Amino acid sequence: MEMLEEDFGDMSPQQLAAPVSTVEEKWKLLPAFLKVKGLVKQHIDSFNYFINVEIKKIMKANEKITSDADPMWYLKYLNIYVGMPDVEESFNVTRPVSPHECRLRDMTYSAPITVDIEYTRGSQRIIRNALPIGRMPIMLRSSNCVLTGKTPMEFSKLNECPLDPGGYFIVKGQEKVILIQEQLSKNRIIVEQDRKGAVGASVTSSTHEKKSRTNMIVKKGRFYLKHNTLSEDAPIAIIFKAMGVESDQEIVQMIGTEEHVMAAFAPSLEECQKAQIFTQTQALKYIGNKVRRQRMWGGPKKTKMEEARELLASTILTHVPVKEFNFRAKCIYLAVMVRRVILAQGDNKVDDRDYYGNKRLELAGQLLSLLFEDLFKKFNSELKKIADQIIPKQRAAQFDVVKHMRQDQITNGMVNAISTGNWSLKRFKMDRQGVTQVLSRLSYISALGMMTRISSQFEKTRKVSGPRSLQPSQWGMLCPSDTPEGEACGLVKNLALMTHITTDMEDGPIIKLAFNLGVEDVNLLCGEELSYPSVFLVFLNGTILGVIRNHRKLVSTFRLMRRAGFINEFVSISTNLTDRCVYISSDGGRLCRPYIIVKNGQPAVKNKHIEELSQGYRNFEDFLHESLVEYLDVNEENDCSIALYEHMITKDTTHLEIEPFTLLGVCAGLIPYPHHNQSPRNTYQCAMGKQAMGTIGYNQRNRIDTLMYLLAYPQRPMVKTKTIELIDFEKLPAGQNATVAVMSYSGYDIEDALVLNKASLDRGFGRCLVYKNAKCTLRRYTNQTFDKVMGPMLEAETRKPIWRHSVLDADGICSPGERVENKQVLVNKSMPTVTQTPLEGSAQPGQPQYRDVPITYKGATDSYIEKVMISSNAEDAFLIKILLRQTRRPEIGDKFSSRHGQKGVCGLIVPQEDMPFCDSGICPDIIMNPHGYPSRMTVGKLIELLAGKAGVLDGRFHYGTAFGGSKVKDVCEDLIRYGYNYQGKDYVTSGITGEPLEAYIYFGPVYYQKLKHMVLDKMHARARGPRAVLTRQPTEGRSRDGGLRLGEMERDCLIGYGASMLLLERLMISSDAFEVDVCGQCGLLGYSGWCHYCKSSCHVSSLRIPYACKLLFQELQSMNIVPRLKLARYNE
Amino acid sequence: MAAPMSNVDEIRDRVILGEFGVRNVHTTDYPGNYPGYDDTWDLEKFKKKFRIDMVQLDENNLEFDMIGIDAAVANAFRRILLAEVPTMAVEKVFIYNNTSIIQDEILAHRLGLIPIRADPRLFEFRNSGDEEGTEIDTIQLQLKVKCSRNPRAPKDSSDPRELYLNHMVYSKDMTWVPIGNQADVFAEAKIGPVHGDILLAQLRPGQELDIVMHCVKGIGKDHAKFSPVATASYRLLPEITLLQPIEGEKAERLKRCFSPGVIEVEDVGGKRVARVVNGRADTCSREVLRHEDLKNLVKLGRVRDHFIFSVESTGILPPEVLVSEAINVLIAKCQKFLSELDSAEMD
Repeated sequence: MEMLEEDFGDMSPQQLAAPVSTVEEKWKLLPAFLKVKGLVKQHIDSFNYFINVEIKKIMKANEKITSDADPMWYLKYLNIYVGMPDVEESFNVTRPVSPHECRLRDMTYSAPITVDIEYTRGSQRIIRNALPIGRMPIMLRSSNCVLTGKTPMEFSKLNECPLDPGGYFIVKGQEKVILIQEQLSKNRIIVEQDRKGAVGASVTSSTHEKKSRTNMIVKKGRFYLKHNTLSEDAPIAIIFKAMGVESDQEIVQMIGTEEHVMAAFAPSLEECQKAQIFTQTQALKYIGNKVRRQRMWGGPKKTKMEEARELLASTILTHVPVKEFNFRAKCIYLAVMVRRVILAQGDNKVDDRDYYGNKRLELAGQLLSLLFEDLFKKFNSELKKIADQIIPKQRAAQFDVVKHMRQDQITNGMVNAISTGNWSLKRFKMDRQGVTQVLSRLSYISALGMMTRISSQFEKTRKVSGPRSLQPSQWGMLCPSDTPEGEACGLVKNLALMTHITTDMEDGPIIKLAFNLGVEDVNLLCGEELSYPSVFLVFLNGTILGVIRNHRKLVSTFRLMRRAGFINEFVSISTNLTDRCVYISSDGGRLCRPYIIVKNGQPAVKNKHIEELSQGYRNFEDFLHESLVEYLDVNEENDCSIALYEHMITKDTTHLEIEPFTLLGVCAGLIPYPHHNQSPRNTYQCAMGKQAMGTIGYNQRNRIDTLMYLLAYPQRPMVKTKTIELIDFEKLPAGQNATVAVMSYSGYDIEDALVLNKASLDRGFGRCLVYKNAKCTLRRYTNQTFDKVMGPMLEAETRKPIWRHSVLDADGICSPGERVENKQVLVNKSMPTVTQTPLEGSAQPGQPQYRDVPITYKGATDSYIEKVMISSNAEDAFLIKILLRQTRRPEIGDKFSSRHGQKGVCGLIVPQEDMPFCDSGICPDIIMNPHGYPSRMTVGKLIELLAGKAGVLDGRFHYGTAFGGSKVKDVCEDLIRYGYNYQGKDYVTSGITGEPLEAYIYFGPVYYQKLKHMVLDKMHARARGPRAVLTRQPTEGRSRDGGLRLGEMERDCLIGYGASMLLLERLMISSDAFEVDVCGQCGLLGYSGWCHYCKSSCHVSSLRIPYACKLLFQELQSMNIVPRLKLARYNE
Repeated sequence: MAAPMSNVDEIRDRVILGEFGVRNVHTTDYPGNYPGYDDTWDLEKFKKKFRIDMVQLDENNLEFDMIGIDAAVANAFRRILLAEVPTMAVEKVFIYNNTSIIQDEILAHRLGLIPIRADPRLFEFRNSGDEEGTEIDTIQLQLKVKCSRNPRAPKDSSDPRELYLNHMVYSKDMTWVPIGNQADVFAEAKIGPVHGDILLAQLRPGQELDIVMHCVKGIGKDHAKFSPVATASYRLLPEITLLQPIEGEKAERLKRCFSPGVIEVEDVGGKRVARVVNGRADTCSREVLRHEDLKNLVKLGRVRDHFIFSVESTGILPPEVLVSEAINVLIAKCQKFLSELDSAEMD
């Protein structure tokens, strides 16, 4: 009772009496959310922001180019636009292009970047509009993509799948994703402990122009500033003085006048005193001597003092603006840093680097804007260089800069960065590899999973557990299950279903609002107010805005304003009581997710709202605008009290979770009953779901991919989840519902092997199609010769094509529907022998000579030709693409898995009559060994089987949604109703003996995935075969038909066993045996019975050694070491 | 209530369904296994005991009881029905043109699985290596469909059924092309697919299929498409014994534990008493064993030598013919075995 009073103390009895009504089906908010936001909305939003807003800002920042040669000359950008994607059909004729055409023709899906400029030609001032400066790869489904706003019908006209999420680029025909990059947030003070336990603060400041890292460290109780540009750590008091705060009192006032703070700071002041630095000039001189010399580019030479002042103003803590060398704001910032460290020292209140409130996610738009700015600057400096060079020369025509604006630099820069994934920007000292990845199209899920992937900047080799482990603050933001195993474990993560990533927004209005709400401007304060116990500091995006007396009112009014729609819904405000701060954030890259607002113990969303939603009168935006739902970022989440379910609402509750299953991501969302599984099993399934074959999109049959796996008869799972419905997995499934009997059978099912029913395979279970492609281009060379395709070669007598050319058409290209065998020719291409322009003077041959370079089919099994595409690529060369198809039925060794991380290979295929059968005559498709369960603890799979069985009997689909789904009890009651056992265990008769089995068998349908690993692609053996050129040893690897290595450990066994002749046979005779002539006198190698050293043949004898050994001797000789062989007769 | 069985009789004749497993699963009536029982095999004794009762027969389904036989023999019939009774099925597919979306191999696979109405007894097995086929071992079918736009389609229609002609290819489009004298011999037989409504492929205007198929005789062991049954299986006759009279609420509960019609509750002298009416109808869900107070009052058993067969034909041959064919196959196997034995004695 007491507790109740505590909980509901100040509420009226009426309010207390009102029951917390459960909002039924509030999960329906989720499809509404996904409709507005989509699964890859974060990518698209950020790219849209870049091409519509950011690019204009970049242009504004670099708008004017002037020349040193002519002060009158200038070029000024007036505007910049990114157009719609198109291709250049012929010179200056363009036509809109569809993404699929780019995929097929190996082109880049890009749009022209055009600018409006104003420049001078001679004395004229000219304005030119819509001048192209390069091409920008366009993200699919972004605002400039042809797909936006199209209906599914129009999608199919463009050969595009309406379910495809978009959010990737097509570069040179390849689909490329720019992965989300996780970073520590910029411009925030992070107090942390170093390895020795000393507390320090660091700030990574970043603005458009500069990026730098400033550290504050404590050495022997004194504070120092550490920065890359300073050769030595500078005492903090000197920095203060250099920034114009000459009085010690003022410094201490800013840092804080509490006893312990002053005591902690006193040694630093003392040090300053000892260094005899009292004025700003002295301090600047001191710092100037410690500045690392930087290479100078142009400009008048500066004195050391000027340099130091420049450094303090622009490089150290760059993000705090300094106007006209007014260091006030920066001093306060520095003082706050010092204060933070002093306070942290006592109580050890250091910040957590792994906390998601301190992280920012960098998306495609931000990465591209960095790249574009770099390229744009380079482009401009190039123009300037050209202007500097050409203007002084007197020419007939006046200098016209437009003629020198080359498009290829920006185009190639963008295309190369995206296609290689190397982001190297010298300006920011950034050199990242693997930023982009090829979109995996193994299945729909693998493509979706890739779009939500987050890669961390952290080094993979470092052995620290912090960044890899699950952080409590990632609840609901990042999927706790979906991470790879092995070295990238915990560093590569995936977004949860409802996560949204913010984009940058204007902070001007927010500052204004904050001041109106009573924040006192930091520039108007004397400094001591910062540490008053009655006020809270207010930060906006890491910069100090001012102080506030009534922080509660500020925060609540701010939130009210946000809910009312006066400020952007993604602006977050949160109080930090330990640091006595209010943080307002409006920067991009924060993780946030929507919650239902709770007022007075009642959720704002009522049943009527949901009803209106399902009737279509309302959408998610309406919920936001009517302040029923709001977005919270990680920091603000920590400032709220969020109830998971309605019955958990207390009087302090501020928000209600929409649906708990949204804490999982896309891949983990496929798992039925994941809350019943052992956690690693869900992680394994997340990895395996991406290898499952099935369907990849409605346009799968129009694609010509290098490798594509499809299932012949994919099925939707009997046991589905809400996530499965939301992401349309049912429309593009990857797996089949197999009837599984959990029992042991035949001994070919140990170690997770599965026994398959032959009749099921005959009827199409697990049958898959494997598509591969063969490509060839026909080029034109510089000497006006070109590649040709020749018709098939005919046999002399029969006038029929020779076997190798038997699939060729008259045009020399294979025809669709034909069956090709290993080594048959697909395209009978010939290439001119001479492709270089002949040297001047040499005679031009009349008819060029041709050499056959056929495209042949290589594969152990035959393929059929599905289709042939003849087109041209971006370089106007002919492009021939051939799609090859194989149909495979499962065989022994093929890999299957259920949705619970239970993989297994097929160990045996059994005829149907040998399969056990139940009373209703059903034979299983798969027999699985029960030993797979106890150690794996995948209870979810057991429940899936029950729910699946009940669903089959009842003719409906059951739900296995996380933290919900059909209840086991209800499902089992269904089984009873249909005359089956309550526990799902059936009486089964053996198909071999005809007698019943002694045990009841757990029997029912489970969704099984066929994984891409198939025996046919892996089996390998060789007797004789190719050898490496250098060592004459057998080649390595299946692709080169290599040998199987008898490795060191195997060798050790043979040595231990004493099988010397076997060793000799394996290591030399079957490998690289070589006859050498050795001179017994000098011990060197001879040649054909003659010793070149001794000039004689009398002591030369012939012996067999490994070729590698002979090679070693010769290599040693080449470095002036003489290996000599001592020969002796074995019988002496 | 039947008189309680002796322990040995129960072991010999009944399979017992316990809560956690099945007991007495194996046949144990070997000669000399039990003292006091004469288990030598005797034809007369067998003849007296053995019975086949037809329970239900319609066009495609047959349910019959086979009583008084060993599980091995009953299972042999089941296995032969599944795997060794021959039928005709599409084996070779000659694709002259296929411009549809469906891949050649998948289409061929689908065609193979279609049951073909043709009496396999009138055909021979095709010799291995024979590609051509003759009238005695091959049925030729043709599938020639071309899809086109419907000129009479309503303007605003978006329904493919109205817009296109022939856009759904069904098994009824497969037509029989008689070879040799087949037209005369099988004039009555209406050779072709059993079911006309199996969707084979979907076409769009301009796409066409031009396919010739050869159906040959084969057995289910080779490929499931030759299996003459959808499934053939048996179950043992359930036998429910009430060990004590069960009355009142318990009786009602007991009734609900079994399939409908198994237990009836009768008024006996004002008391509601449960009685086993039809044990055969039970599906053996063992629900009763979940009731703590009931589970010791009943005994769930199954009669070891009473097989309730259920044969579901694919429609190629009537199920009763399939069973007799299966018996013929078994007879042929036995004769072959006997002759092998005889010839072995000769050596």
